Amino acid sequence: MNLLTEIKEAVLIAWAALRGNTMRSILTALGIIIGIVTVTLMGTAITGLNNAFKKSIAGIGADTLFIQRFSWFTGEEEWRMSRNRRELSLQHARDVERLSTFAAAVSVESNGNGTVSLDRKQAKGVFVAANNENSLIVRGLTLSSGRWLSASDVQAGRPVCVLGSYLAERFFPQGGVIGGRVKLNDIPYDVIGVIDKQGTFFTGFNLDNQIVIPISRFTRELSRWPDLTIQVKVRDIQELGDAKEELRGIMRKLRRVPPGAKDDFAINQQDALISFFNAIGGTVAAVGLFITGLSLFVGGIGIMNIMFVSVAERTKEIGIRKAIGAKRRTILIQFLVEAASITLGAGILGLLIAWPLTLVVDHYLAAAMPWWLVGIALLVSVMTGVVSGFLPAWRAARMDPVEALRAE
Amino acid sequence: MSLIQIHDLTRRYVMGTETVHALRGVSLSIERGEYLAIMGPSGSGKSTLMNLLGCLDTPTSGYYELNGTNVAHMDDNSLAEIRNREIGFVFQSFNLLPRSDSLHNVELPLIYSGIPYSERREKAIQALTNVGLLDRMHHRPNELSGGQRQRVAVARALVNNPSIVLADEPTGNLDSRTGEEILGLFETLSRRGNTIIVVTHEEEVAQHARRIIRIRDGLVAADEINSNPRTV
Repeated sequence: MNLLTEIKEAVLIAWAALRGNTMRSILTALGIIIGIVTVTLMGTAITGLNNAFKKSIAGIGADTLFIQRFSWFTGEEEWRMSRNRRELSLQHARDVERLSTFAAAVSVESNGNGTVSLDRKQAKGVFVAANNENSLIVRGLTLSSGRWLSASDVQAGRPVCVLGSYLAERFFPQGGVIGGRVKLNDIPYDVIGVIDKQGTFFTGFNLDNQIVIPISRFTRELSRWPDLTIQVKVRDIQELGDAKEELRGIMRKLRRVPPGAKDDFAINQQDALISFFNAIGGTVAAVGLFITGLSLFVGGIGIMNIMFVSVAERTKEIGIRKAIGAKRRTILIQFLVEAASITLGAGILGLLIAWPLTLVVDHYLAAAMPWWLVGIALLVSVMTGVVSGFLPAWRAARMDPVEALRAE
Repeated sequence: MSLIQIHDLTRRYVMGTETVHALRGVSLSIERGEYLAIMGPSGSGKSTLMNLLGCLDTPTSGYYELNGTNVAHMDDNSLAEIRNREIGFVFQSFNLLPRSDSLHNVELPLIYSGIPYSERREKAIQALTNVGLLDRMHHRPNELSGGQRQRVAVARALVNNPSIVLADEPTGNLDSRTGEEILGLFETLSRRGNTIIVVTHEEEVAQHARRIIRIRDGLVAADEINSNPRTV
């Protein structure tokens, strides 16, 4: 008897058996359904988190080095030791631009919060980005209209600004944003450009709620000694390591760090952020899937239990089948298929229930259920059935036909 | 060559601390086409002998050759194959699958021997026709009378063309009229050349056979030719 006929026969038997015990089958399946729903939701949430992060991180160029006072990832100890470091200055940025051989563009950035207003309209707590003429390229931004800050805007510290799309829509719903004039902390600025819509960072920070002004204007009006970040876009991403070494040398010289002493600045790059997130994300995913996986495990125990009952109830049937010529394998397959049918059915139901719920998750995390998760969920359901059905099926397969026939 | 050759067959069971000698050395030979009854009171060892003849069990010692194959020491799976090919069982309590209709019950041995669908269906329908139950093909056991159930069981026993039809108290759950009907069916089969072994404790049933073997205390007590078998 070939395997295909055996499985076909087994499916028919399983179907008849499950139909004969509808209530019991449904209750047993419930454990698996819940398990699949939770695992699928967790998988979707994790995928959503990853997607959100990747989307956000894409804005931070991989080919960009960030010279800052502090490293992005410091322990408390290191933080205490380094908090007295001197600020970076605009002069540092100009010197780096002059001295670096690997740099394609050098941008300066600082930021703060301010209140933007136009007539009666007012927006508080707006993200104020202070940039120079290179920042458009280095930050990887695109404009939907108008132009970016020019070198002379920056040099002269002209009161001009570029708005995020959210602010542009809010203050100029009827258009006419270019050439318009808004006030930032009560000082008027001419709007010269609007940034393309960027969306929300995975922390929930709205990237479109920002106003960009020349750095020189920023130091004059908002913050005399701002914390600066010098962003260096490297000509060739392959040379990122060399560029980092060169920048380190330049910065040590500029800041007169004695030989042997530690750097009093930090050069950050995107991959550190990615590996940091991956480490956290990996742990969250592992713990999350483990905990939700437990519910699937409990469901599996339920299946095993009910399959033992099913085997005991059908001892006579097993005896008849064996007398008529069913081999061990045939009986084993029969019960494995029965267990797997319950769990596969439960898996499909679980997915049908989880799907609308992922749409709810999607609302917060942009996480549609990925197709591979569907595949894995179904595979896991079948495997749960096979694994938890194995012991009962094995017991059935090994029954002595004489004993089994004697059962009532 | 004999269809069945048994030499000095023994079977012991260990039950707790006690050893039960169910068979103490039985030798027999059965020819193709015989209609044989195995008789004996309960506890005589006749059921054990039937289980061994039916390859449901293996002997503790001794020799058993069925249709040219030594089956005394075969493993579970090989025995399953032998049962499927060589033996058709008819049980006292019919032992049909309750959730399957007559047709599927009769098809079952063919499924296990891997016969393709259309051939299987054809053979099963033929077997049901032979026992006069073509019109009950799609009835489940609980929709059939006792006699009809036993006839389905006979059809199932015959569908794979086995060497032996092995019937264990085939009339035990039937009223005497229906019982006679089944014994009549056996007679027909016997006339067509089937080998039939009926295990029973009823003298009347045994008297239908042409040879009667009496078992007592795990041994063959008598092996007689019934020169004047009862007919239905």
